[in-house]
Amino acid sequence: MDWLAHTFDGLLGLALLWLAWQAMHAPGLFRSVVSYMVFGLVMALIWVRLEAPDIALAEAAIGAGATGALLLSALARLKDGSDAGRLHWRHPAELVFWLPFAAVTALVLGLTAWQLPAPGLGVDVARTLGQSGVDNPVTAVLLNFRSFDTLLEIGVLLVGVVAIWSLGPAPSPIVPKMPSPALPALGRALFPVFVLAATYLLWRGSHAPGGAFQAGAVMGAGGILMVLAGARPWLTGEEQGPWRWLLSLGLVAMLAVAVAMAALAGTFFAYPPALAAPLILALEISAALSIALLMFAVYLCGRPPDHWEAED
Amino acid sequence: MFYAILACALFVLGLHGLFASTHMLRKLLSLNVLTSAVFLLLVTVADLTDPVDPVPHAIVLTGLVVTVSTTAVALALLIRLSPGGSDTARGRPEGDQ
Repeated sequence: MDWLAHTFDGLLGLALLWLAWQAMHAPGLFRSVVSYMVFGLVMALIWVRLEAPDIALAEAAIGAGATGALLLSALARLKDGSDAGRLHWRHPAELVFWLPFAAVTALVLGLTAWQLPAPGLGVDVARTLGQSGVDNPVTAVLLNFRSFDTLLEIGVLLVGVVAIWSLGPAPSPIVPKMPSPALPALGRALFPVFVLAATYLLWRGSHAPGGAFQAGAVMGAGGILMVLAGARPWLTGEEQGPWRWLLSLGLVAMLAVAVAMAALAGTFFAYPPALAAPLILALEISAALSIALLMFAVYLCGRPPDHWEAED
Repeated sequence: MFYAILACALFVLGLHGLFASTHMLRKLLSLNVLTSAVFLLLVTVADLTDPVDPVPHAIVLTGLVVTVSTTAVALALLIRLSPGGSDTARGRPEGDQ
C-alpha cells in the first residue's frame, strides 16, 4: 500500500500548490478567499499525514474556520469590489526575473532543509512525560516544558484584540443581512454541538490530541455563528465590564501561576510534579475560555458598543 | 523529503504573491501561505526522528494562533483604510471628522 500513500501525498501536494496559486491570483477576491479556506483544509490533511494531529485540529478550526470567517466578513466590508490586483503579467520582462529567482530560492531553501539536523528532543520529552502531569506530549510541551511560549502567545492574541478595539467602535451593522432564514435557524440548532465539541476537545487535551487552542477556536467559531444567526452577546465593550476581564483571564491566570511557582519553587513556571496535573487543567480551562472570547472579539473588527441595540 | 520540497515550492509561491499582487487582501493571503510553508518545513523536520519531536509541533500551534491575530489586525486596518463605504460601515461614529 506504499504506492497508495505516495500517490495521496502527491495529490495533496499538487492540490496545495494549486490552491495557493488560486488564493493569490484567482480573478475575483471572493474566489481567492474561498481558495484560501480550502487551502487550510488540505493543509489539515497534510498535518495528519505528517503525524501531527494536534496541528491538524488547530488548522481546521483556526486556519480554515476562524480565518475564513474573518476574511469573508472583511471582504463584505471592503466596499471596493473592483479587483485592481488581477493582472500580474503585464510586463513579460517580469517573468525573466521571477523564474530564475524562484529556481534559485527553491534550490537554496531545499539544500538548507536537506542539511538541517534532525531535532533530538523527542526522546527527552518522552522520558520526562511522566512528571509533566499529562499524557499528551504536545500539551506537556505547551503548558509545562515551554509554558513561557504559551504565555507570550496568549499575550500576542490579547494585544491583537487591544489593537483592533483601539481602532474605534465596531462597524455597524455587525453582520450582513441574511437573505435566507436557513442559516440563522441552523446556527441556533448547531450551537450546542459547538459547545459539546469544544468541551470534548478540552477534556481530551490531557491524554490525546486536542487542548485549549483547538477548544477555544471551536468555541469562538460557535460564537461567530451565533452572531451571524442574529443573537447578541450579553458581553459588552464597556469599561470595567466582564468581557474585558474574561479576555485577559488566560493571561492573568498564566502569570499568576508563573509568579506563584516562582515564589514557591524559585523558578518561573516550575510546577511541582504533584501539582502539575490540576494546574495544567486550570490553565487549559482559563486559556480556552479566553481564546474563545478573543477569537470572537477579533471578529467584531472594532470595540463593541456599551449596549447592544435591539434587532429590527 | 517530499514535504520539504513542497514547503520550499510553497515558500517561493508565497513570496512571489507577496511581491507581485497589488491588492492588499491578496498580499495578506500570500503572507498566510508563506507562514504555512514555514510551518510545513518545521513539522517535516520534526517527523524525521523516530519518536516524533513534539516541540516543533507546539511551536507551530503557537504560530498558528499568532498568525490569526496578526491577520485579524491587518484586516481591521485594511477595512479602515479602504476607500468608499460609509463611515459607520468602517467603524467611525457619525459626525466624527
